[in-house]
Amino acid sequence: MIHLPLANLLTEPVGAMHYVVVGAILFTCGVLCMATKRNALGVLMGIELVLNGANLNFIAFGSRYLRNDANSMGLDGQLIALFVIVLAAAEAAVALAIVLNFYNNHNSIDVDRADQLQG
Amino acid sequence: MWAWLVPLISFVFILLFGKYLGPHGKGAGYVATLAIVTSGILSFIALFVVWLPYHDMPAEVHHEEHHDTEDHHVQRSRVQSRHVQSNSESDSLFQQVSLFSEKDPSLDNDSAIYYEAKGHETNGHEGSAGHATDHANNPSPTYYTHDWYNLAVFGKLKLSIGCYIDSLTVAMFCMVSLIASCVHFYAMGYMHDELHDFTDPEVTLSNGEKLKRPGRYYRFFQYLSLFCFSMFGIVIAGNLAMVFVFWELVGICSYFLIGFYIERKSASTAANKAFIVNRVGDFGMLIGLMALWSSLGTFSFGDTKDAAGNVTEHGIFSQLRTEKNDYQIQPTEEMVIEGSRFAPGVTDSEGNVDPENNAGQWLLLVAGIGIFCGCIGKSAQFPLHVWLPDAMEGPTPVSALVHSATMVAAGVYLAGRFFPAFSPESLLVIAYIGCITLFIAATIAITATDIKRVLAYSTVSQLGYMMLSLGLGGWVAGMFHLITHAFFKSLLFMCSGSVIHGVHTNDMTEMGGLRKKMPVTAYTMLVGCLAIIGAGIPIIGPGFSGYYSKDAIIEQAFSFGSNNPQHVILQWAPVVGALITAFYMFRLWYMTFAGKPRNQDRYDHAHESPRVMTAPLVLLAVFAIGVGWAVPGSDLKVTNLLEQSRPIGTLNTSHGVLLPDLTIPNEHDSHNPEFKVPAGWAAFGTAALGVLLATVIYLLGGLKTSNELKQRFPFPHKFLWNKWWFDELYWAVLVAPSMLLAKWISKFDLGVIDSIIHGSAATSKGGSKIVDAVFDRTLVDGTANGLARGTWDLGLWLRKIQSGNLRQYVMLIVISTVVLFAAASYLPLIIPFQ
Repeated sequence: MIHLPLANLLTEPVGAMHYVVVGAILFTCGVLCMATKRNALGVLMGIELVLNGANLNFIAFGSRYLRNDANSMGLDGQLIALFVIVLAAAEAAVALAIVLNFYNNHNSIDVDRADQLQG
Repeated sequence: MWAWLVPLISFVFILLFGKYLGPHGKGAGYVATLAIVTSGILSFIALFVVWLPYHDMPAEVHHEEHHDTEDHHVQRSRVQSRHVQSNSESDSLFQQVSLFSEKDPSLDNDSAIYYEAKGHETNGHEGSAGHATDHANNPSPTYYTHDWYNLAVFGKLKLSIGCYIDSLTVAMFCMVSLIASCVHFYAMGYMHDELHDFTDPEVTLSNGEKLKRPGRYYRFFQYLSLFCFSMFGIVIAGNLAMVFVFWELVGICSYFLIGFYIERKSASTAANKAFIVNRVGDFGMLIGLMALWSSLGTFSFGDTKDAAGNVTEHGIFSQLRTEKNDYQIQPTEEMVIEGSRFAPGVTDSEGNVDPENNAGQWLLLVAGIGIFCGCIGKSAQFPLHVWLPDAMEGPTPVSALVHSATMVAAGVYLAGRFFPAFSPESLLVIAYIGCITLFIAATIAITATDIKRVLAYSTVSQLGYMMLSLGLGGWVAGMFHLITHAFFKSLLFMCSGSVIHGVHTNDMTEMGGLRKKMPVTAYTMLVGCLAIIGAGIPIIGPGFSGYYSKDAIIEQAFSFGSNNPQHVILQWAPVVGALITAFYMFRLWYMTFAGKPRNQDRYDHAHESPRVMTAPLVLLAVFAIGVGWAVPGSDLKVTNLLEQSRPIGTLNTSHGVLLPDLTIPNEHDSHNPEFKVPAGWAAFGTAALGVLLATVIYLLGGLKTSNELKQRFPFPHKFLWNKWWFDELYWAVLVAPSMLLAKWISKFDLGVIDSIIHGSAATSKGGSKIVDAVFDRTLVDGTANGLARGTWDLGLWLRKIQSGNLRQYVMLIVISTVVLFAAASYLPLIIPFQ
């Protein structure tokens, strides 16, 4: 019998592993999105995906139910996730402003044309 | 006994704030004077409140013993009864001492203080009872020692700062602080020129103008304070090393003060001379210190005891004068061994030292004479007396202080303090040095016309008296003369300063008749003259202070002379010296104050000094008269106070070992009528003769012109005028050869050493050029350049990575992350870290 990695997840009740796998998929999608999109807005979306994939991990590891720890209130992971969301919002605002200015200068938002910073 | 620190505080205070104390530092004078007066008051409190009530005067009994020498049995029984008495005395003293230690907070009352009991004197008495000539041994003096601070300990050797207090210390403290107070007051008047910008009339600049400089009033008082502090330090010091430190401090202070008018060439030369001549003496002192330290292993004067009163560490004196040896001086075994290293033929074939050899005595002699060398330098004894007259270049208050109470007294004080460690042979050397000094200096004083120089030579001469007295065994006489001399000599100096202040010249040939212009000065000076010649009613007294001390010395000389006929010159020298002293002192007084004015101009401008200067004169005159007297109705007088601290074992008649003929007589024997009567008459007769001679020659017109004596005796006059050609002799024998040597050495320096240095410089320069070309250019520079080029190329290559392409960056990040993860996951499996 061929043993597939992670195959037994399908038969187990939902635990930390499931969250982690979903987070990893989100993260990978985000990275691929960043690496392949030539549209700057697409790159920004990829960044959001990466951040949310990471957030999912924080929440999963912080949860009091998934940690089986009655003494913890399970708020620390959520707290950091909130910080990340705020940070992402700020970053998106700045990035959109840059994209807007880029568009004004080049009449395009193709990131391959943004190579003025080369050494 | 913290009085000695007060001047130090004043010194530091003036050092720091001198410039801000009122206009030109006027406040400095007040601070310094306040400080010295405070210490004076403290000293007298220490004497009258702390010391005297608890320490009986033992001396009178001894005097009585001698009045009935006919009946030995009576005397013996008296001595016996005195044993009982003194033993009970010592018991009560024990109790009193514990009282004392509770009262004086500056001294620890547990371990450091102790009382040297008189208990063992009984042994001394019985041991010597069989000999008719040997006097009963004197008790050990009462003293307190205390170490304040340990500087360093080298195995057995210990350097510490401590005190040694006995009645001599207390007496010296009172004398020094009293005279220093007078001098401070006097200096406040004398130095008022320094309060504003001062034009020195004796210094001509190259452009022909007189030197103008800011006043140095505060600096003067600063030096005075430091000076007094150092003197107090010497007096209170508990060991020889500390004495030596303060000794040098006194030396440097005298250097500052003698060279106070530093712009005058004569003053700076005199300061240098004083300092260098003192170094010569100090060199000898160092030798003495080393001889003692290496053989005895201690510098302390007194014993160190623990709380129970057991001796833990013997001082110098108790090592040299052991109870076993009846307190007679004898070198210790270590000294014998130490001395044998330098003496051939005293060790046998197995290397054992013959205990009967005299090497220890020789070492003792070396140590004694070494220490005495320091005293020779400080107290201006022959042959190092030449600095003192030149030291007159300093301001007169300094002369008064340096030459009466402090610097020169320091030498005599040390000789007196160290007295129990001098062997009879050392004492003989001291006596001869003193004898030569007193005679030479007295003769030079006859022809000097500078009023201060006459006094300077008289100081030297009187110091010779003190040394002579110590050398002949007259410990109390010498110390007593030190104290009386301090009073009348500071009085004389301050009078002469007052005269100089009034007539603005030092030259006696320009004075005369000043009695009418400056009566206070004239009559206080007359008191001083009478005191120094020892005026008094012979045998029965009373007299001026000098009468008591000088007669005591001459009595001791007679006593010594009768025991040692081969040294009879030591008996007659003080008598002849007394004659000359009387002559030149009255010559001084007549030339200055009596007769007709020789320089009318100066006479007209002369004036009496301000009251701040005359008041100390009067005070000192009172002391010069009365310091030898007893307080009415009691035994309290200076000699008895000193008798209390007579070093143990020094009252005995002692005999020389190296010179078996030598006998140092018991000092109390000198009060025998057998010696006292002829000595008293001799002293009185010679003094009277001297005064008479001076009167005839200088007052009654025995001398028609001032040059008559010079013309009649050209050679003796020239000889004395040139101070026995000592300066010229030293110039020819010491200074000129050393200058010549210095010239040679400087030529050697220029020719040989400099060329060696230049050559080696050139060689190393050439060598470094080669090294530069070979090593520096290729290896060092190559490495540096190669490193730079490598970095540059690396940078050029890395530059290609930074393409500016965003997606490429993301890919790089992803790949690197994956590689890192992979590494982090699998490397620990391959290489197990632990």
